[in-house]
Amino acid sequence: MANILVYIDTPAGEEPTKAQRELLALAAALGTPVAAVAAGSADAAAGLGAYGVTTAYTSAGDLDGLLVAGKAAFVAAAARAADAAAVLLPNTGEGKEIAARVGIKLSSGVITDATGIAPDLTVTKPVLAGSYTVAARAVHGIPVVTVKSNSVDPAEPGAGTAHVVELEAGEPGPAARITGTAAKPASGRPALQEARIVVAGGRGVDGDFGPVEELADALGAAVGASRAATDAGWIGHEAQVGQTGTTVSPQLYISAGISGAIQQKAGMQTSTVIVAVNKDEDAPVFEIADFGVVGDLATVLPQAAAEIRRRRGE
Amino acid sequence: MSDATGTPLKILVLVKHVPDAQFDRHLSGPGHTIDRQDSILSELDEYAVEAALQLAESRGGPKAGNTVTALSMGPEAAASAVKKSLQMGATDGVHLTDPALAGSDSAATSLALAAAVRHLGGFDLIVTGMASTDGETSLVPSQLAERLGLPQLTLASRVELDGDGILTVRRDGEFGSQTVQAPLPALLSVTDQANEPRYPNFKSIIAAKKKKVRTLGLAEIGVSTEQVGAAGSWTRVLSAEARPPRQAGTIIKDTGDAGIRLVDFLADQKLL
Ligand SMILES: Cc1cc2nc3c(=O)[nH]c(=O)nc-3n(C[C@H](O)[C@H](O)[C@H](O)COP(=O)(O)OP(=O)(O)OC[C@H]3O[C@@H](n4cnc5c(N)ncnc54)[C@H](O)[C@@H]3O)c2cc1C
Ligand SMILES: Nc1ncnc2c1ncn2[C@@H]1O[C@H](COP(=O)(O)O)[C@@H](O)[C@H]1O
Repeated sequence: MANILVYIDTPAGEEPTKAQRELLALAAALGTPVAAVAAGSADAAAGLGAYGVTTAYTSAGDLDGLLVAGKAAFVAAAARAADAAAVLLPNTGEGKEIAARVGIKLSSGVITDATGIAPDLTVTKPVLAGSYTVAARAVHGIPVVTVKSNSVDPAEPGAGTAHVVELEAGEPGPAARITGTAAKPASGRPALQEARIVVAGGRGVDGDFGPVEELADALGAAVGASRAATDAGWIGHEAQVGQTGTTVSPQLYISAGISGAIQQKAGMQTSTVIVAVNKDEDAPVFEIADFGVVGDLATVLPQAAAEIRRRRGE
Repeated sequence: MSDATGTPLKILVLVKHVPDAQFDRHLSGPGHTIDRQDSILSELDEYAVEAALQLAESRGGPKAGNTVTALSMGPEAAASAVKKSLQMGATDGVHLTDPALAGSDSAATSLALAAAVRHLGGFDLIVTGMASTDGETSLVPSQLAERLGLPQLTLASRVELDGDGILTVRRDGEFGSQTVQAPLPALLSVTDQANEPRYPNFKSIIAAKKKKVRTLGLAEIGVSTEQVGAAGSWTRVLSAEARPPRQAGTIIKDTGDAGIRLVDFLADQKLL
């Protein structure tokens, strides 16, 4: 079976994240998973064997100091070493940038925002803010595909150890140096892009994300926001959902105090179920909501959170 | 290429002409390409133009010999994206156009743009938007950096250029935030957090009429028709299906128990 290379970036813990396990599951469905592991210990790389990875490539050089170029050279080298039939990466900002450069290095077609890959390597993806679904193929080289989270079920661990191979990635070429990093404070909530449920607040929260966070925690959800809320400084920019923020596609998106501007919809309208709470019955968000409440989020959200806790017997 | 230290900056800003997202957008034809009537300068590229102008101004602007050239690759109508950039303050414009370019994917687009950059003699800095609002792939900036062998400083939310020609930017992302640095020449892409794009005023609109726009074809930049368009693209769209519009569902007015009814709905949908 053909080797399918999965790019595994910085493992926060030593275990692969849910998004990484989704990529591994997809690779296993398409062929034999192999991995390009950009960071972490050799033990963690070997541990990917539990997810069916036969060979895990690690980098001989440090990849963290340079922006994108070093990682792209490493992934291209791993694809060549594995004679990979496809390369899968996460659909994050950095994932797309690495894919872009790997595509040029391997003279290969790059497809972003994938939600599915068929056995013949045809890729399904939404375009134009989710208004169309297209099937696309790489017609030159091998497909280099960035895959959206929540597209497939994550791989479950079994037994097995991957063979770890250290690779010399070669010259990355001119690159920017990373001179400082400020990790975002851990919230204890799931990552926005990976979350099964997202509760998002907009200008309507009027400075207080309390009700949004309370409902999110009752549901085990991630917290999102409109640009109006992040621009106001009520919550960090990393929470922004939309065209210029994160694109999410959770099973449930609860929109509270958000009008539903086109740039906001672009980031959430492929969610499976959309619930909207807005005090203006003419808010455009109601046009795409499966369930809408015309009301004040400051009372509706806490009531819902309390009801969820009550039903769970808390 | 001019030396960045003290000498004037030669900046290129890439602007795309895209269908206005305020209207319904459609895919059609054998290549499932986008209909391009009702097109405008990509909203996200206005931030790139603004960033380029601010960097040129930090060195004394056009009076000190700094130039900001706006380049758009696209059909005849794409000249208007160049014009809008000139009205905002770019010093001159280039319109790369050829029927063979239609349907180019990011690999073919970056190949043509890289050839145009070389033809124009190179730049100290190339500035792009974070994504085109039609393709939304964000691939072109990184691919152009790869093809031209430039350091990429992408998705910048803050940009600073010091007197020695060292560019420092802040990137905010999933991970938190990062500071990255490289000397010119470099490729920069900016997000909508980087600045507030200026509006052209009456004076700048009049001034733009006197500015030069060069039109380039493929032959001039040394690219053959097989290297671009559908023939030169490394990806192909096989089929496209309009997503059924979302149906509005149940809308209730809160009469005191809406939070509970919301939870009933979630329970019905097996989402609890
Ligand atoms: C280039 C560009 C990129 C952009 N990118 C994004 C993006 O990525 N994401 C994004 O979200 N936006 C983006 N925007 C901004 C977008 O156009 C809208 O301005 C923004 O989404 C509005 O946010 P909002 O819905 O929270 O605020 P508003 O439009 O002001 O809506 C607030 C809503 O809250 C309701 N409300 C008020 N009080 C209450 C209450 N107590 N209870 C319930 N409801 C209440 C109001 O009825 C109203 O509908 C972008 C804009 C531009 C120009
Ligand atoms: N045809 C084009 N002409 C000029 N600039 C472009 C073109 N296509 C892409 N770009 C630039 O590349 C950026 C990212 O585009 P994309 O990779 O298509 O999402 C845009 O914001 C533009 O700055």
